[in-house]
Amino acid sequence: MPERPTTGQLVPRPPVIAPDYTPGSVTDAISEIVLKKPHTVPWLAAFAVTSLVVLGFLAGIGVLLFVGVGIWGINIPVAWGFAITNFVWWIGIGHAGTLISAILLLLHQEWRNSINRFAEAMTVFAVTCAALFPLLHLGRAWLFYWLIPYPNLMSLWPQFRSPLVLDVFAISTYFTISLLFWYLGLIPDFATLRDQATSRFQRIFYGIFAMGWRGAGRHWHHYQMGYLLLAGLATPLVVSVHSVVSIDFAYALLPGWHSSIFPPYFVAGAIYSGFAMVITLTIPLRKFYGLDGLVTDRHIDNMAKLLLATGLVVDYGYLMEMFTAWYSAERYEMFTLYNRMTGPYAAVFWLVLAINIGVLQLLWIRRVRRHLLSLFVLSLVIQSAMWLERYMIIITALHRDFLPRSWGMFAGTFWDWLLVIGSIGLFFWLFLLFVRYIPMISIFEGREMVHKAAREAGVR
Amino acid sequence: MPPMKDNRQEFWRALEPVEETAEFGGIDRREFARLIGASLAASGLAGCVRQPPEHILPYVDQPEGMVQDKPLYFATAVPLPGYAAGLLVKSVMGRPIKIEGNPRHPATLGRSDAFSQASLLGLYDPARRGAVLYRNRIDSWPSFLAAFTNALATQAVKRGAGLHILTETVISPALGDQLRQVLERFPEARWHQWEPVNRDNIRAGSLLAFGSYVHTIYDFSKAARILSLGSDFLLCGAYPSRYARDFASRRGGRVPPDQVNRLYAVETEYSSTGACADHRLPLRDREMENFARAVAQRVGVPGIAAPELSDPKQRKWAEVVAKDLLQHRGASIVIPGREQAPAVHALAHAMNHQLGAAGTTVIHTDPVEITPVDQLASLRELTDSLRAGRVDLLVILGGNPVYTAPADLGFADALARAQISVHLGQYADETATACTWHVPQTHYLEEWSDALAFDGTASIIQPLIDPLYGGKTAHEVAAAMLGMLDRPSREIVRDYWRRRSAAADFERFWREALYLGVVSGTALPPRTVAPVNLAERLPPPRPPAEEGYEVIFRPDPTVWDGRFASNGYLQELPKPVSKLTWDNAVLVSPATASRLGVYSYGTVDVELGGRTVRGTIWVQPGHADDSITLTLGYKQAANGSEGGSYNAYQLRTSKDLWSASGLRITKTGGDFMLACTQTHGALTERYPVRVGTVEDFRTNPDFAHQEPFEHAPPPGHTLYPPWKYEGYKWGMAVDLNACVGCNACVMACNTENNIAIVGREQVYKYREMHWLRVDRYYHGDAGNPRAFFQPLMCVHCELAPCEPVCPVAATLHTEEGLNAMVYNRCVGTRYCSNNCPYKVRRFNFLLYTDWHADSLALMRNPEVTPRSRGVMEKCTFCIQRIERAKIEAKLENRRVRDGEVVTACQQACPTDAIVFGDLNDPSARVNRLKSSRLNYSLLGELNTRPRLTHLAKLVNFNRELGEEPIRLKPEERGA
Repeated sequence: MPERPTTGQLVPRPPVIAPDYTPGSVTDAISEIVLKKPHTVPWLAAFAVTSLVVLGFLAGIGVLLFVGVGIWGINIPVAWGFAITNFVWWIGIGHAGTLISAILLLLHQEWRNSINRFAEAMTVFAVTCAALFPLLHLGRAWLFYWLIPYPNLMSLWPQFRSPLVLDVFAISTYFTISLLFWYLGLIPDFATLRDQATSRFQRIFYGIFAMGWRGAGRHWHHYQMGYLLLAGLATPLVVSVHSVVSIDFAYALLPGWHSSIFPPYFVAGAIYSGFAMVITLTIPLRKFYGLDGLVTDRHIDNMAKLLLATGLVVDYGYLMEMFTAWYSAERYEMFTLYNRMTGPYAAVFWLVLAINIGVLQLLWIRRVRRHLLSLFVLSLVIQSAMWLERYMIIITALHRDFLPRSWGMFAGTFWDWLLVIGSIGLFFWLFLLFVRYIPMISIFEGREMVHKAAREAGVR
Repeated sequence: MPPMKDNRQEFWRALEPVEETAEFGGIDRREFARLIGASLAASGLAGCVRQPPEHILPYVDQPEGMVQDKPLYFATAVPLPGYAAGLLVKSVMGRPIKIEGNPRHPATLGRSDAFSQASLLGLYDPARRGAVLYRNRIDSWPSFLAAFTNALATQAVKRGAGLHILTETVISPALGDQLRQVLERFPEARWHQWEPVNRDNIRAGSLLAFGSYVHTIYDFSKAARILSLGSDFLLCGAYPSRYARDFASRRGGRVPPDQVNRLYAVETEYSSTGACADHRLPLRDREMENFARAVAQRVGVPGIAAPELSDPKQRKWAEVVAKDLLQHRGASIVIPGREQAPAVHALAHAMNHQLGAAGTTVIHTDPVEITPVDQLASLRELTDSLRAGRVDLLVILGGNPVYTAPADLGFADALARAQISVHLGQYADETATACTWHVPQTHYLEEWSDALAFDGTASIIQPLIDPLYGGKTAHEVAAAMLGMLDRPSREIVRDYWRRRSAAADFERFWREALYLGVVSGTALPPRTVAPVNLAERLPPPRPPAEEGYEVIFRPDPTVWDGRFASNGYLQELPKPVSKLTWDNAVLVSPATASRLGVYSYGTVDVELGGRTVRGTIWVQPGHADDSITLTLGYKQAANGSEGGSYNAYQLRTSKDLWSASGLRITKTGGDFMLACTQTHGALTERYPVRVGTVEDFRTNPDFAHQEPFEHAPPPGHTLYPPWKYEGYKWGMAVDLNACVGCNACVMACNTENNIAIVGREQVYKYREMHWLRVDRYYHGDAGNPRAFFQPLMCVHCELAPCEPVCPVAATLHTEEGLNAMVYNRCVGTRYCSNNCPYKVRRFNFLLYTDWHADSLALMRNPEVTPRSRGVMEKCTFCIQRIERAKIEAKLENRRVRDGEVVTACQQACPTDAIVFGDLNDPSARVNRLKSSRLNYSLLGELNTRPRLTHLAKLVNFNRELGEEPIRLKPEERGA
C-alpha cells in the first residue's frame, strides 16, 4: 500500500504537459504532423477502409431514398428502429466535446486544452452523423424542410407542440454553435500553420482559413471575448440538446418512454458515451503521433473519472426508472419493465446493465484508469452498451405496448446495419481527414500551458 | 384509351411463354411470379410513380342517367359458392367500384360478406385470361365455334352418345333450362356436376331422414337454443350473412335477458361459429356421430341406439344440451355441418322434428339447385366414361376439376382420353391447360345471367361493364350447343324469363326484376315432410373411436375451394380465428402438437394413404386433439403460391371426402414463416374485450365499468375547457355481441378506401395495410379457450395522442371531431403510429399501391386518394361518405339525418355490429348504443376519449355444464 500523505501536505499533481516542452517545440510537435510528415501507411490504410465504408453508406442512402424505408426492419408497432437509435447515440457522443470545450473552459480546467480540439472535432462530426438520421428516417426525406418554420404561400407552419420540431431547432443550433466554436478556436492555429507552411498551397489554404489573423493584441482580445461568449452559449446546450432529444420519448404516452426522468438521464448518458468516445480517440492518437507529452496520463485519468461519474448518474437513472415503474403500480409500466427483463429483448437489457452498472465499476481502480489498453477496450464496450441502451429503450417500449394484438418484433436488416456501420465509417473518415490536415491539439493553448507550467515551476 | 392498349400488349407478351408450353411444369419461378396475377400485381413494388399523360374529353352524346361524379347503383347478384347473394353495385363513370348488399334480397338484406366484396378485384384482376386457347396457344372465338359446331354435328348423329357436360352446382334457372334443351337435343348426352365443397352429405342425410331430398332453411331469429354439430353456419354456411344476422339479433344486450339465445358448438376445428358460441366442445370428427346419437337419444328421438359416451365431459354435454334444448321446444335448432356424415344430418333432422322445430325455426322446401345430384357419383361416372374412351366431347362449364377432383379418381389422366375437351373458365388454371380448348369466362359483373338465393328467390344478374378481357358466358357456350351461335346472353336470359313469367307485360316485369334485384314471388314455399323411422335406416353406430390421427378437410375461410386464390384481397384477409394470411396451414391442437413434437411455422410432411403433401404447422388452441385440419384451395399452378401452403386435394380421396384416418405426420426440420397478423392473442389482465355473462349483466348492469376492467380513476382532469362541437359530432359504436368475425367490414373497407395489398412477406413483417382489423383474443385453457372478436379501426380520439407529435401537423382534428390525416402533408416520421395506443395507423413502408396496372386503376374509388410511399394512413370514418351526405343535406337546407351516413364497414356488417352517427343528435342510433351500460372505451384510462366505443360482450353461460367462469380469478391477474 502506498504511503498516504499526511494532512495539510499538498500532493503535487501530475503535470498537464511534459516538463521538457518549450513553446517552440510544442508548435513544432503539432504542426509538423500537418505540414511536414508524409502520409503514413497506417493512415492511408485506415483512410482507404473508411472511404470504402463511406461509399457503402452512400449506397445505403441511395437505395433507401429510391426504394423506401421499407428496406429497414421497421414495422407497425416498431416504427422507429436503427435510425433513431443511431441518431440518439451519435448526438450523445457529441456531448463530451461541448462539455470539454465549454464547461471545462468556464471552470478553468486547463487540462482540457490538450484534448479540446479533437473533442470538438469529434462533436462536429458526431453531430453531422446524428443529423443525417432524422432526415433519412423520414418516409419522404426530400420534404424534410417542412419541419422548418419558413414563410410559405399556404401559411403552413410546423406543429410546434411536436418534440420533433424542437429537435430541428436543438440540432441545428447545436451544430452551428459547435462548428463556430471549433472554427474560432482554430483560427490562431491556422495562422500558425500559414506561417510555418512549407508549400505555397499550404500557405494559401491555411491562409484563407486563418482570416487574416496576425496575433495582434486586439485580435487576442476579441478572440478571448468571442471564445468565452461562445462557451457561454454552448454551455446550456450540453444540457438542453439531449433533454430535447429525450423529450421525443418522454412526450409520448408509451410505457417505457413516458417518464419525467428522461432529460437528466439522457444528458448523463450522452456525456458518458461522449467521454467514452474521447477516450477511444485519444489513446490511439497519442500513441501513433507520439503526443504522450501533450496528452498526459493525467488527462486520461481525468477523463476516466468523468466517465465513471457520468456513468454512475446513468446508473441512478436506470434504478430510478425501474423504481418508478414499480412504484406507479401501473400495469402497462410494470409490464414494460417486466418485458424488458424477461421478454425477447431481455439479453439486450441485461447486457446493458452488466456493462453500464457492472463493468463500469472497474473505473474505481486506479490501475484500470491508467492502463491504456484496458481503458481503450472499456471505452469501446461502453459505447456499444450505450448504443444498445438506446436500442433497448426504443424497441422494447414499442414492440409490446397496450393492446396484445399489436405486439410485434423488430430485427435490423442488412440495410439497417449498413447505415450504422456506414455512419461510423463516415465519422472516422472525417476524423482521419481532421488529424491529417488540421492541428489536432490546440497549438496556442499548448504554448500557454508551457508558459503556465514554467511559471508554476518557478513559483515552486 | 391508348395506355390501356399498350398495357394489354405488355400483358400478352408476358403470357406467351405459358401458351407455348404444354404444361405449366416448364415454367420457372420467375415466370410464375409474373403470372401470379392480381395478388402480386396489386402488391407490386415497382419503382417509378410518374403518371402517364391523360386527356380529358367531353362526351359528344352523354349516356342516359350519367352525371359525372355521381355514382349509379345497379341491382345484380353474385353467384357465391352455394347460393346467390343480391347486390347493389356502385358504378362511377361506367366502372363498378364498390359492392354493397341489396336490402330487398333475402340473403343479404342490404349487407354483404367478404367474398362478395372482394369479387370486385376478381373483375379487374389482370391475371384473368383474355384469349381463347387451343392446345394452350392463342386462338379465336370463331375458330372455336367452327370446331365446336363440327364436333356437335358429329354428336348430333350419335344422339349425343359421346357428349358430356360438366358444371358446378347450377343455380341459374336460365342455364338449367338451356342444359335441359341440350339434353333434349342430344338425348344420350350426360350432364355431370361437381363442386369440391358440395352438398352431397346434406342430400344424403335428407334422404335418410325423410326419404326425399328436401332443402332446409334455419330461422335463427326465432331460435333460443342452438346446437351446432360441426357447422360453421356463421361464416362458411350456405348463406352466412343472413344466418349471422338472425343469430346476432338475439345476442346478449340486444334483447331482454330471458330472450337471449344460447349457442352450443361442437366442432373439430376452431371456427368462427365456435368463437361465437356460448359453450364450445372440441370433438374429433369420428366422435361426432356418437355424440349426435347421444343427444338424439336424450331429446327423445325414438329408437336411437346410442353407444355410451366414454368421455365424462361429452356425457355431461349431451345431457345438459339435451335438457336445454328440450326446455326450449319449438325454439331450438340443431344444425349439422355440411361436412358431417349423412347420419349426423339425419339425426339432426330427427332431433329438430322431435323438438318441434319443424315449421318454426326449421323450414323445409324443395331443393334450390336446378338438378340436385350426388356430385361425387356424378364425377365418378364421368371419370369412368372418360377412362373407357366413351367421351368424344367434354364441355366443362366453370370450375377447375383437374385441381379439385378427389385424388384417387385420376381425373386429370382420364381427361386426356377425351377426344375434344372444352373448358370455360376465368383463369388459365390446371383444367384450362389440360383441355383442348379454353374459352375465357366472363365475371358476373360483366354478364347477363340469373341465380337463386338460398330460399329460391331468383335474381337477374346484369352486367355493369363490357367484358374487360373479352370472355363468354356459360349461356353463350350452351347456346352454341343448341346451334344458336353468338346469341347474346341477355336474349337468352330474357327469353327464359319471358317464358317462365308468362307476364302480360313482360317489359314491365323485366324492368321491375332488374330494378328490385329480385324476381318477386320466386321464393320456394315451405314444404311439410315427415321423418321416417330413422332407427331402422340409420347405419349401425360406429365402433368406439379408433386410435391414430384423423384428418378433416374444410373449405378455406378466405379462398374457399380455391376459386378465390387469385384474389389478393382475399389472400391477404386474415382467416377469422387463426389470423393467417396467404397460406393454409396444417392445424393441430397444442396437445397434439406437443405429442408430435411439432410447432407453429415448422414444416411437415403429411402422409395419407400413400400420398404426401408438405405443409406448415399452425398450433390452433381449441382444436380437437388427435385431429388435423387441412383446408382446401391453395397451391394452384396458376397462382404460383410458393409459400408454405399445400394442396389438400392431393390427399383427398372420394372415399374420405371430408375426413379420414390413418394420417402420418413427419417433421421435415424446416421452417416456413407463415404470415400471421396477430401473433399475440391472449386476453390477459388488460381485457381489451370486456366480457361477462348475461347473468352478470342482469344482477350487475355496471359490471363492464368495475374491476377488473376499469382500474384507473376516471380521467378528465384538464386545464383546458372542453371543445364544443357545435355542428356534427361523429361517433361510432361497435357491439361485440353482434360481431361474428366474418371480415365483411375489413373487405368493404379495403375496396371503399383503395387499400393496398402488400403480399405475404410484408404481412410477415407486420406491415399489412388494413385500416380495419378484427382482433381475436383467446381466453382460458389452451385446450379449449374462448375466443372473442373485436373489430378495431381508428377510434378517433378526442384527445388524440397522434396529433401533437406530428411535426408537420399532417394529422389533426376536424371541427366535427374526426381525426383527419392529410396525406399530402405527411413526411413520414411515423411518430403518430408510435404514439397511437391502438396501433391502428398504417404506413406505406414501400410503394404498396400499384401505379402501373391500368385495370386496377379503374377499380379504385375516385373519392379516395390512393396513397404513395412514405405516407401514413388510417381509417377516416369514410369521410368521403360523410361529405357526400353533408352536401346532399346542404342542398336541401337541412341537417344530415341519422342513418344517412353509413360507413363502408357498417354497410357491410351483416349483424349491424357497427353503428355510426352524429353524437349531437340525441335520437341517433349510435347514441342509443352508447347509452348502454355495456358501452366502454377501449384504453379509456389513457384519457384519449375515443369516439369509437365498444359494447361489452355477454356470454349466455350455462352453469350446469360446470365450466370455469369467464372472468379470471383475482389471483390469476398478475402482470
